[in-house]
Amino acid sequence: MAMAIEATEPDKTAAPPIIDTEDVHLWYGSNEALKGINLTFKEHEITALIGPSGCGKSTYLRTLNRMNDLIPGVTIKGEVKLKGKDIYAPGNDTVSLRKEVGMVFQQPNPFPFSIYDNVTYGLRLGKQHTREQLDEAVETALRQAAVWEEVKDKLHDSALGLSGGQQQRVCIARVLAVKPDVVLLDEPTSALDPISSSQIESMLVALKKDYTIILVTHNMSQASRISDRTAFFLQGHLVEYDDTKTIFLNPHKKETEDYISGRFG
Amino acid sequence: MQNYSFDDTYFLPLDPKKHEIAISTDDLNVYYGDNQAIFDASLQFERFKITALIGASGSGKSTYLRSLNRMNDNIASAKVTGKIMYRDLDINGSGIDTYEMRKHIGMVFQRPNPFSKSIYDNITFAPKRHGLKDKAKLDEMVETTLKEAALWDQVKDDLHQSALALSGGQQQRLCIARAIAMKPDILLLDEPASALDPISTSTVEETLIRLREHYTIIIVTHNMQQAARISDYTAFFHLGHVLEFNTTKEIFTTPKVKATDDYVSGHFG
Amino acid sequence: MRRVFEDELNDLHVRFSEMGMMVNEAIYKSVKAFINHDKELARDVITSDHLINEREVDLEKRSFELIALQQPVTTDLRTIVTVMKASSDLERMGDHAVSISKSTIRVKGTTRVPKVEQDIASMAELVKEMVNEVLDAYVKSDDKRALQIANEDHGINHYSDLIYETCLEIMQKDPATVPGSMDYLFVSSYLERIGDYVTNICEWIVYLQTGKIVELNSNAKEDDF
Repeated sequence: MAMAIEATEPDKTAAPPIIDTEDVHLWYGSNEALKGINLTFKEHEITALIGPSGCGKSTYLRTLNRMNDLIPGVTIKGEVKLKGKDIYAPGNDTVSLRKEVGMVFQQPNPFPFSIYDNVTYGLRLGKQHTREQLDEAVETALRQAAVWEEVKDKLHDSALGLSGGQQQRVCIARVLAVKPDVVLLDEPTSALDPISSSQIESMLVALKKDYTIILVTHNMSQASRISDRTAFFLQGHLVEYDDTKTIFLNPHKKETEDYISGRFG
Repeated sequence: MQNYSFDDTYFLPLDPKKHEIAISTDDLNVYYGDNQAIFDASLQFERFKITALIGASGSGKSTYLRSLNRMNDNIASAKVTGKIMYRDLDINGSGIDTYEMRKHIGMVFQRPNPFSKSIYDNITFAPKRHGLKDKAKLDEMVETTLKEAALWDQVKDDLHQSALALSGGQQQRLCIARAIAMKPDILLLDEPASALDPISTSTVEETLIRLREHYTIIIVTHNMQQAARISDYTAFFHLGHVLEFNTTKEIFTTPKVKATDDYVSGHFG
Repeated sequence: MRRVFEDELNDLHVRFSEMGMMVNEAIYKSVKAFINHDKELARDVITSDHLINEREVDLEKRSFELIALQQPVTTDLRTIVTVMKASSDLERMGDHAVSISKSTIRVKGTTRVPKVEQDIASMAELVKEMVNEVLDAYVKSDDKRALQIANEDHGINHYSDLIYETCLEIMQKDPATVPGSMDYLFVSSYLERIGDYVTNICEWIVYLQTGKIVELNSNAKEDDF
């Protein structure tokens, strides 16, 4: 009966996967934090990873650009393919990987330089750029991060003089400046007030057309407002992964329903 | 941010015959140097109720909260004028023993900040400094306060373990237990759950709802759903001005002031 | 983040108004078919009714999604609740148009009474006007207008009484008019019910604007006699 209604759903099958993870396991020493995660991310979508503290969602996020490699005692098994290539294959360079898969953290962490130098930091690590190219990259990235209008007259002031929300948007601009395919965000607004959070949420929705966004959030309203898909983690397992609408209206697993409804007892 | 008139305000009157007022402020102004952070804030807090203070960063809600037990005294450039009435006494006046006053008006902060001591010592630290030495009484106090903070069952066998080994939510409930060990009348909480995950947040919220039976609670929160879930009254702050004080039900269904409506609806323009 | 939400709210408004127009058309056609004994047109109303039902389901689905995903409060929440409640009223109005159409198809060349048909036509005209106005008041969020429209329901009840009395009279005089008059009475009561649903929608418009749930339906008093 409701066929006409279903037709309004966006066709998710059309987008090709950009990241594909297969049977990802991760141990901290002998403690297994990820117990075989299979997840596929499609281009130009926002995916939210949710779950209680210690469920593995942030650990999983960090496997996507090999941030866990830095932690002693970590063992990782399984495959993480970026555009078909295993990022853990021997000889792969994490510096170039992190240009393709950028990361934004919970606490805004600008370098103690000017806004301009923050945004161009990644670019100057790579090949030579002319002043004009850098200027243009700064403007583009700051515009994409929806902070250009607020900082354009003080690009050479310290980024530390900005408000928390502005600092976080400059950090996002810093990631965008190197033109990654995927942007990972680990609770990017949990240290911000609702107004700054809202600005970042709008920005992420606008960025979707150029980037694939994967976001860890404790804020379930945020997941429901901005994401296309939601993955629910519990104790190192992926419990459910589906359209955000399905997760928040008709989840299939009881654990998911209990969590998003706030029934934690 | 939109410009709202500071004259468009609404303050729900609380009839003193029906609502016992635990603490109130009368034309409270807070200055940091030349910069005024709070403008003529007059609010009343009903006894055994939870009042939420909401508003954007920089709205003054935390500054206001901290002025209620004179935490701003520690800031050299800060100046607080106006009255803070507690038990018919202006506690903003001179000659107030703030150390004594804070036994009545306790504070819990955003980040759980237990001392790097045992759970037991965290709770008994202040009472011991206030001269309580009787071991049996201290034991009893630890048990009572941990039960009140809904933590007893989880930690009763580890009382002499370090408080830092607890989870974030447990640490925060320990800090609440520590605050209520002094048997305060009023508990001030500055975003007590914002550093916690939803599950810990939920346990802290449940704890606060139960504590309301014995304490007057004033809580600053950025989480509007939290304000809606647990508070009885809500005060909305905007750029240092209180624009609306109303029951939480009204604030989230039919607020009287447009600025409030826009804020709770996420209409940040 | 408001923009995406506002676009969706707007869309909800538009779809609700469209549903109102669909229902209005169904009522208009059903009455026209009844007066003209146009069974073809009556069938058209019956076969199109599923579109109205589907639209109600669609509005409900969208409303649930907005509530679950956006957690609206204050005016936003009332807007969505209003659409959900008022669309169910509209859907029932559509059902009554179907009932009128079924009466049209049932009628088998029975004796007609032009005077009653004229009254039904006038009554239908008034109902149609009320439906138009209530949709307009909804679009404009005009709660004062809604209160006035709810008052017009008395006019409909007046026709209903008139038709009832005329039918009673002619049935006593000429038993051949009984089957036809029964249908007249049915149709008149369907129209009256439609008027009641208009009043319900008026109540929702008042709720949307003021947050107050009011009772504008005066039937309780009228049922006293």
